[in-house]
Amino acid sequence: MSVRMPEPDQALLARRDEIVRALRAIVPGEGVIATERGMRPYETDGLTAYRQLPLAVVLPETTAQVAAILRYCYAETIPVVPRGAGTSLSGGALPLADGVLLGMAKFNRIRDIDFANRVAVVEPGVTNLAVSKAVEHAGFYYAPDPSSQIACTIGGNVAENSGGVHCLKYGMTSNNVLGCEMVLMTGEVVRLGGKHLDAGGYDLIGVVGGSEGLLGVVTEVTVRILKKPETARAVLVGFPSSEDAGACVARIIGAGIIPAGMEMMDRPAIHATEAFVHADYPLDVEALLIVELDGPQAEVDHLIATVSEIARGCGAMNLRVSTSEAERLLFWAGRKAAFPAVGRISPDYLCMDGTIPRAKLPLVLARMKDMSAKYGLRVANVFHAGDGNLHPLILYDANEPGELARAEAFGADILKLCVEVGGVLTGEHGVGIEKRDLMPVMFSEVDLAHQQRLKCAFDDKGLLNPGKVFPVLNRCAELGRMHVSGGNLPFPDIPRF
Amino acid sequence: MTVLSPRNPDEVEQAVLWAAGAGKALEVIGRGTKRSLGRPAQWDATLDLSALTGVTLYEPDELVLSAKAGTPLAEIEALCAANGQELAFEPMDYGPLLGVAAGRGTIGGALAVNASGPRRIKAGAARDHLLGLTAVSGRGETFKTGGRVVKNVTGYDLCKLMAGSWGTLAAMTEVTVKTLPRAETEASVVLAGLAATVAGDAMAAAMGSAYDVSGAAHLPGSVAGRISADLGGRSVTVLRLEGVGPSVVHRRDGLCALLRPFGTASVIEESLSRPLWRAVRDSLPFAAGGPSGERVLWRLSTAPSGGAGLVERIGRAVDAEFMQDWAGGLVWVAVAPTQDGGTAAVRATIAACGGHATLVRAPAALRAAVAVFEPQTGNLTALTKRIKDGFDPKGVLNPGRMWAGI
Repeated sequence: MSVRMPEPDQALLARRDEIVRALRAIVPGEGVIATERGMRPYETDGLTAYRQLPLAVVLPETTAQVAAILRYCYAETIPVVPRGAGTSLSGGALPLADGVLLGMAKFNRIRDIDFANRVAVVEPGVTNLAVSKAVEHAGFYYAPDPSSQIACTIGGNVAENSGGVHCLKYGMTSNNVLGCEMVLMTGEVVRLGGKHLDAGGYDLIGVVGGSEGLLGVVTEVTVRILKKPETARAVLVGFPSSEDAGACVARIIGAGIIPAGMEMMDRPAIHATEAFVHADYPLDVEALLIVELDGPQAEVDHLIATVSEIARGCGAMNLRVSTSEAERLLFWAGRKAAFPAVGRISPDYLCMDGTIPRAKLPLVLARMKDMSAKYGLRVANVFHAGDGNLHPLILYDANEPGELARAEAFGADILKLCVEVGGVLTGEHGVGIEKRDLMPVMFSEVDLAHQQRLKCAFDDKGLLNPGKVFPVLNRCAELGRMHVSGGNLPFPDIPRF
Repeated sequence: MTVLSPRNPDEVEQAVLWAAGAGKALEVIGRGTKRSLGRPAQWDATLDLSALTGVTLYEPDELVLSAKAGTPLAEIEALCAANGQELAFEPMDYGPLLGVAAGRGTIGGALAVNASGPRRIKAGAARDHLLGLTAVSGRGETFKTGGRVVKNVTGYDLCKLMAGSWGTLAAMTEVTVKTLPRAETEASVVLAGLAATVAGDAMAAAMGSAYDVSGAAHLPGSVAGRISADLGGRSVTVLRLEGVGPSVVHRRDGLCALLRPFGTASVIEESLSRPLWRAVRDSLPFAAGGPSGERVLWRLSTAPSGGAGLVERIGRAVDAEFMQDWAGGLVWVAVAPTQDGGTAAVRATIAACGGHATLVRAPAALRAAVAVFEPQTGNLTALTKRIKDGFDPKGVLNPGRMWAGI
């Protein structure tokens, strides 16, 4: 465990009983959990290498309770870690020993479905998939579809700006959220956006998306819903090399086609998933591409033909077009089960999440192969090929001394490589604690200070989810200071009139 | 007034540092096409970014383009078009409304005001296409945010904060945007003679279909007639379909059938559809110098289904002309130049219907007397002020343009 969390405040630890009593006064009955046994399920999230019991767990049911909890914690300077379903892969919901874990699971109602405006108003604890389920009777769905969609919640999706295989065409969470109700750390409630399509004033709903629970606690979200396309079909293509597959991706997009989804797997991932779900993937290929086209039948037929022709021209070894909905789902079954499939062949794995310019894929894969040899750890790759988002899965065994540290070092090298080739540290999983200490690879001190000033506007005491995203915790008073000199133009040579 | 024309980002930094040190307020402009939009605040100098020009990166296969903030939008659009691509958010050109020639805006200006066109309902707003940027904050420091890839959650999404901040937080020096394939063809389905409420229902039906409508507007007869004589006389409700040929044909027929309960639809082919949507995008029926050029102009954003009700309510209170875009969610209101320019009616209506209103065109005296941007309320006022103070503590950049004190 190489990432260090802020040192717990001993004074807060000593006040635990008093804090629990105060929380119970706000949320009665079983809504406050303070036993070790009861808090154990909250000690980690999807990044299971890191575990920490919180000071207490509180599960509010109303916005008023959330506001009262935050108002109390603000007044008493107690850190708060918000949590949705706890599926974060970056440690975003990792508790703090001296902090209150604020679980939003009881906010699980759908408040309004408005087909005339094509939006749904939901509480943050509603699962991603439940939104689609609630509107499917009318032929609608909610487009962002992270692979954890059966479990992950909308509140968590907003915090991480989650994507999914269809975000190439339909956008990430931020692109599909129009409004929210949010409680600030002070307990103040703000409403951002609504059912209208653009912000009046600063686009605060825009910055809340992907803010990893550091700016406020969302208590209601207004999301856009879309009519389901008439039809969807997928093409499954095997290639002799990842270079060929990468070239195919570039040529599809170069032909003016934006598929609904375009996913790639490398040989280790293909073999792991095929052994797990028997999707009938070809096993003699180095790279497998799944391209999904959706829309009206006429358009899909037209584009399937074009994509097939491009794929053959790029050296496809085999190519299958789904002829039924069952077959289309089978094509996806392997890809969607890639994480658990890899879990079967290794005791543990780390899932990375860098994004790169697509053209750099062959280079990055080749360098990753070298790193794999250097660190003595296997890696399997699934890749949102359409938008350049890589998910290398580093296989390790936590019971082997030193393997976790080696896996983390390997992961850090991959992410540094992503930045080196013009990409970024994380495409959709968030920085959390996992990539926190790598932020300076991508951002200068000045860049990070500007981000933290936004944080200060929302949370001046730095109490919401501290220790996440930013490697150094600067005090807002220091960040706010500005020294200016004189009043003379220091650049006499700038043209002026 | 002093005009500072930095030639590179370093000089932008120096200019802002000078202003911060000297306690001066800077008006931040690109090529000045939207200068008369906003509160007529008092500036000490103008920071003119129009010399920061040039496309610095364009990789069509990667769907990405970077340019200096002062690069003319027209140049970028032409470059994209030459590669079969476009900026899918269809940036609106405010020039014609504000008495400036068309086609003069910059990419930085379009993004700073989050200028989204009719395709907002399908492809997203300008803010959804801004991938990364470099800017000089009011602290005189250059920072970057985002990147050049579509999928990126590394740190806060300050791109979204900058889009729509009207230059009040930072002066952008370089931006990176997503480019997308330009549709092979388009056609529009038109229903004539619908009342506004019925038109609202027709647009909702179309948007709730699987026909992938990329524009939905309702124009009263008098307004439509200014775009094309063929459209004059009766109101028109127009629905745009874009894509590959066979798809557009299929969806056109399907949409006409779906809309049968609202009347018999006619079809406008690509050659007429493109200029029609450009006119809707730029709100040309209300252009300066046109028949309504003297009117006070408001831009209202509301829930799409509320558009018709909003129009009716304002129409009862003041002498106004209307045009609805975004399936009813964007309403242009041109009010006869009376004393308050419809302010009381517009603000009361927004308070009742939800959303926000911007006073796009009015004499300076009116813009000084009434709120131009939607007045902020409650906790949002203080939060906005804290954000401004974080990025521009000395109030150097466009202070007072959106609201007093911001």
